[in-house]
Amino acid sequence: MTGNPLGLYIHWPYCTRLCPYCDFNIYRQRGKDEALFQALLEDINWWANEIVPRPLTSLSFGGGTPSLLSPEQVAQIITLCRKKFGFIDSAEIGMEANPTDAEAGKLQAFADAGINRLSLGIQSFDNDVLKFLGRNHNAREARRAIEKAQNIFDNTSFDLIYATPDQTPKHWRRELETALSFNTPHISLYQLTVEPGTAFEKAVKRGTWSPLPDEKEATLYAMAQDICAKAGLSGYEISNLAKPGYESQHNKLYWLSHDFIGIGPGAHSRVTLQAQRMAAETILHPRDYAQELPPQRFFMEALTREDQITEFLLMGLRLKQGLDLARYKNLAGKDLPAKPRDQLIKDGLARIDNHHFALTAKGRLLLNTIVLELMD
Amino acid sequence: MTDLSHIRNFSIVAHIDHGKSTLADRLIQLTGGLTNREMKDQVLDNMELERERGITIKAQSVRLSYTAKDGDSYILNLIDTPGHVDFAYEVSRSLSAVEGSLLVVDASQGVEAQTLANVYQAIDANHEIVPVLNKIDLPAADIERVQQQIEDVIGLDASDAVMISAKTGHGIDEVLEAIVTRLPAPEGDRNAPLKALLVDSWYDAYLGVVVMVRVVDGVLKKGMKVRMMAAGATYLVDQVGAFDPKRINLPELGPGEIGFFTGQIKQVADTKVGDTITDEKNICKEALPGFKPSQPVVFCGLFPVDSAQFEDLREAIGRLRLNDASFEFEMETSAALGFGFRCGFLGLLHLEIIRERLEREFNIDLITTAPSVIYNIYLTDGEMIELHNPADMPDPVKIDRIEEPWIKATVMVPDDYLGAVLKLCEDRRGVQLDLTYAGSRAMVVYELPLNEVVFDFYDKLKSITKGYASFDYHLIGYRQENLVKMQILVNDEPVDALSIIVHRARAEMRGRAMCEKLKDLIPRHQFKIPIQAAIGGRVIARETISALRKDVTAKCYGGDATRKRKLLDKQKAGKKKMRQFGRVEIPQEAFIKALKMEDK
Repeated sequence: MTGNPLGLYIHWPYCTRLCPYCDFNIYRQRGKDEALFQALLEDINWWANEIVPRPLTSLSFGGGTPSLLSPEQVAQIITLCRKKFGFIDSAEIGMEANPTDAEAGKLQAFADAGINRLSLGIQSFDNDVLKFLGRNHNAREARRAIEKAQNIFDNTSFDLIYATPDQTPKHWRRELETALSFNTPHISLYQLTVEPGTAFEKAVKRGTWSPLPDEKEATLYAMAQDICAKAGLSGYEISNLAKPGYESQHNKLYWLSHDFIGIGPGAHSRVTLQAQRMAAETILHPRDYAQELPPQRFFMEALTREDQITEFLLMGLRLKQGLDLARYKNLAGKDLPAKPRDQLIKDGLARIDNHHFALTAKGRLLLNTIVLELMD
Repeated sequence: MTDLSHIRNFSIVAHIDHGKSTLADRLIQLTGGLTNREMKDQVLDNMELERERGITIKAQSVRLSYTAKDGDSYILNLIDTPGHVDFAYEVSRSLSAVEGSLLVVDASQGVEAQTLANVYQAIDANHEIVPVLNKIDLPAADIERVQQQIEDVIGLDASDAVMISAKTGHGIDEVLEAIVTRLPAPEGDRNAPLKALLVDSWYDAYLGVVVMVRVVDGVLKKGMKVRMMAAGATYLVDQVGAFDPKRINLPELGPGEIGFFTGQIKQVADTKVGDTITDEKNICKEALPGFKPSQPVVFCGLFPVDSAQFEDLREAIGRLRLNDASFEFEMETSAALGFGFRCGFLGLLHLEIIRERLEREFNIDLITTAPSVIYNIYLTDGEMIELHNPADMPDPVKIDRIEEPWIKATVMVPDDYLGAVLKLCEDRRGVQLDLTYAGSRAMVVYELPLNEVVFDFYDKLKSITKGYASFDYHLIGYRQENLVKMQILVNDEPVDALSIIVHRARAEMRGRAMCEKLKDLIPRHQFKIPIQAAIGGRVIARETISALRKDVTAKCYGGDATRKRKLLDKQKAGKKKMRQFGRVEIPQEAFIKALKMEDK
């Protein structure tokens, strides 16, 4: 099925400091890991043989902290991708970076290496909140990094975390106003979630603090959607907002159940091989990862039709545009189950619009329960 | 056959975890009943469930051959007894089949409530009792204190207690020697007509019903025609034997011996524990005393979560019944829960055991409804009906009066916890009959309505006394009370499986408690759910489950899809265990948890 979008994700698992809320596959950086970098290059070569290569619609450096890679390494990866896969003209080549001065200093070099979209992990403009979140930057650095990034990149974004314990609507409004003052074309607003295995989970179990009740979270969420909409940023996905034309092309691959290759420790892939949709997971630990050869790094598994339907629902309904009913039918061999579908519409939680089944603002907040109802 | 003077029959009395099973294993090991390879930990606790809970449900026996220091060879028969109030009758029968007991006490823990309840039963059965202090190798062992405690609390001389560590094997030979030298030999007359006590029976897929007996007089042999005196049935004995603990066939069982026989008996229900077995051709003059048929006192509905499993449930219940005649069942239909069975049990533990066995051994997910007792409902037309299920309550205008069963309950408790026990009994509509002290322990006797006890009284008692209370009860008859049926409405729909019969004066409190419980047990939905308790048309308590407003993962990218999908699959499977009432899904455990009462 050539002509289908294909993205490539690169996971660089190292961080200079591990944040207490993060449950990603991350490791504290102890010097340069040249072996892992070489492994990534091998992976790109390997995948180019494994599938019929086609021009990438996007390339995304995530982590961890991919901005810990040197601009030369980033350039090498981009060059290899161009050689092995190619890029479509409008390909998005994105990278995540921390707003510390040290990393901000490398932004121009990353742009020169070929990065055309930069996403900063700002999280908050309040030093107390940043401290609570265990971040190693302060509010001043955050502001400076945004300004610097926007001078270099046309396409920028940053993340904020909300619903921290005791956060008031007033506080969140202030954070949002600061955020919007930069006129950034894309932002991601993440509700603080206590994930299993994190330091925050332990803290909550100990009773050090408690997450906000869902009513309060819902209020903060609605408030943000409202304030950002007025500033021209549309919530095109549960946690992502953008000005027209600035939606993340790479992330949309995930939500639209398109093909993507993920390389690096713990990265996931979804690729269509001989009309069969495959999932691949990888070795988690960077040292083990680098020691193996590419065929041993990736655990491939065919997804059943049920698995594909569940993923199509759970990812697709995150988008404001909803899911394409024709694609659903093509995948499931039948229409969306009528009973829950009609009840959801009746309850004002969903609507059908332009051959898409989409959740309303109220419905999107109940995504998990709604997907369960739609699962046959 | 063995000479009476060379037989010793005994049981082991101990609190859970004080080492009863480990000691039994050691005795078997040391007398060579099993090779080391054959030893599975805790041989006697056969059922998976028994192993897990550390309790014995069915009595088991094992025959040990022991050559004592006097050079003679002895047969030692150990009967392992159930240790729970639900099975008090079975325990009393097992204990009456032996002449002595080993009282095993953990030297680091001391005497506990269960020990006390069981040792009194052994004393009632006229047993010679040998105290055994176990776990003397533990650093926390305090031998002198525990010896003193045995003397103070139980009134037994513990100065010559046997000191052992069942774990290391230390002192086990002394236990065997004590059994021979300190326990009395059984008495009996070989030439008298056969008289044997039916101690237990179980169903074996190969042998049919296996009956465990203690021969008192006469001889039990293959080829004999025996009569069960209470049941009135006769059977031809085709095998006689014992367990060592493997099954061994013997030519006969003589007086004082314990063993089994088989005789083409189809179901366990035909063999009633406590019955007297005699020779059809030479019937003994009188039956052994103490027989009473078991009566279920607690009833509840068992429904398959998946209604397609109804036939499986029918078969499973039938199979369990083959091996446990003490529970009853009949088909029941519920508007809320579909087809199921109304079952009667000896008590709550019994209920729980049957339910767990159905779920585990037969793989059927069950919804259990509120346990209930049998109410006698007198109608205005003079008719009396026995009500086993609150859902079947007749229209109140047709009811003249309702009577409920009462029990006389005896609780023994250290006086530190007395206040809490009295409060519990008073809260459950109890009427105090007696309160006496023995040392630092109090004995309280209360009359209580059984319906206040069936549900969680025993659990509650255990928790408020940290396990130091013992509890026993028996039915004393029916009394007229002001009882009403309370319904629970979820999202304005009555849920019949949650209906209960309750005393008018307690209705409001129970209703409030149930609504509060259900509020926590039913997950939030996308809409508000009112929960109401009502008597007739009158709402007496109300709670509201607020609507769920936010249930969405903040971050969901390429690496999250797999995990999220697997989580949804799991939740989906969990949803199948819920019951749909209108638009509300109620988790199966809610039906029972809603009734547990918290002390305020």
